[in-house]
Amino acid sequence: MEKKISLPLTEEIISDLKAGDYVYLTGTIYTARDAAHKRIDEALNNGVELPVDIKGQTIYYMGPSPAREGRPIGSAGPTTASRMDKYAPRLLDLGLKGMIGKGRRSEAVKEAIVRNGAVYFAAVGGAGALLSKAIVSSEVVAYDDLGTEAIRKLEVVNFPVIVVIDKDGNNLYDIAQVQFNRE
Amino acid sequence: MREINVSVVTDNIKELCIKANHFLSPDMTCALNSACEAEESELGKMVLGSLKENLDIAASDMIPICQDTGMAVVFMNVGQEVHFVGGNLEDAINEGVRRGYVDGFLRKSVVSDPIERVNTKDNTPAVIHYNIVPGDSVEITLAPKGFGSENMSKVYMLKPADGIEGVKNAVLSAVKDAGPNACPPMVIGVGIGGTFEKCALLAKKALTRPAGEHSEIPYVKALEEELLRRINKTGIGPGGLGGTQTAFAVNVLTYPTHIAGLPVAVNICCHVNRHVSVTI
Repeated sequence: MEKKISLPLTEEIISDLKAGDYVYLTGTIYTARDAAHKRIDEALNNGVELPVDIKGQTIYYMGPSPAREGRPIGSAGPTTASRMDKYAPRLLDLGLKGMIGKGRRSEAVKEAIVRNGAVYFAAVGGAGALLSKAIVSSEVVAYDDLGTEAIRKLEVVNFPVIVVIDKDGNNLYDIAQVQFNRE
Repeated sequence: MREINVSVVTDNIKELCIKANHFLSPDMTCALNSACEAEESELGKMVLGSLKENLDIAASDMIPICQDTGMAVVFMNVGQEVHFVGGNLEDAINEGVRRGYVDGFLRKSVVSDPIERVNTKDNTPAVIHYNIVPGDSVEITLAPKGFGSENMSKVYMLKPADGIEGVKNAVLSAVKDAGPNACPPMVIGVGIGGTFEKCALLAKKALTRPAGEHSEIPYVKALEEELLRRINKTGIGPGGLGGTQTAFAVNVLTYPTHIAGLPVAVNICCHVNRHVSVTI
């Protein structure tokens, strides 16, 4: 099913999303990948305030290529989400509502999604040029020294994603693969 | 003896970095088009359609096909009649990578140390494999490797008694573990034989062989065909979202090995499988 959504994600929006839905996101999302997650985790360990209030927000696991002049961003597709599995449950418990990446998640992440009524989306891996066209602005808001791994605030318009794990824990990767398995 | 100035190597490497990251090689284009026609899943067709659209945008707007523009893997086949002048060859290769990634607006994805992890900010150093061959020319193959798929690659030290069935199980197991993480449809490079490091190198090299070409060894060709058929029955599909097109190709290279061993390496690559070559 195709849906258009204005961010931030609310309980009402999330309760309407089912694994397999094709969704177009419009609004603000934040990028963070390996190094930024490590720093966020350290900040939380040390009781330091996070550079971004993640409550109700959506994180895109992505590190872009540099923007050419006159463009907001370079190639901007998803990175493998499982590398953030170590950190994601803690962030979900702190109010993070959405994650965009690619690939499988751990059982602990799935449980945290269900526990907190959140959602995991996949964007098409290896379609960074196409996805960059749905990003209208990009601004580094924290950890600038991390280069491509800095936290960026992105404004997106009709950014295409697919619901992989919904708030009930249904997982599209499991469902879809079984459907076409002919072993 | 033919003299080649290393600056020529630098210039070529720079161009190869930019080319590989913006334009799909002809064999991969062909593989993608075939998969578009063969895919049975609606969502799978949609993913493949997005990948084609992505390639058009990448080429026309000069935006890298994927934001992970990879770690530069360079295969240098150097003719033994060649004498390099004008500087250190390894420095020249890395300078080419530096210029390609900085001037070409490619992502800098390399950290100087695996534990301390400070970005080198120019994507150097490259991973370079030298091979001395007969003749007086230099063949350079550049294969920038993204780590979504690299992380899903594996080495198995099988026993001789495991035989070809053991090899098949190893490859299928690696592909299933990779699933949606490796950006399917994948290309699977397999190295069989040699030693621990040799089989890994064979698997990497196998990825640079054009998709659709097969081994000249009959049983290896049959193995490639059977593995591709079986991988496409797993149901993983484009983007891992279910479908019949999970891999474009399985490329296998073999090498003599020890009486006690059967090393197998599975190097998994995403649907872009960047590889470009030039001969100087």
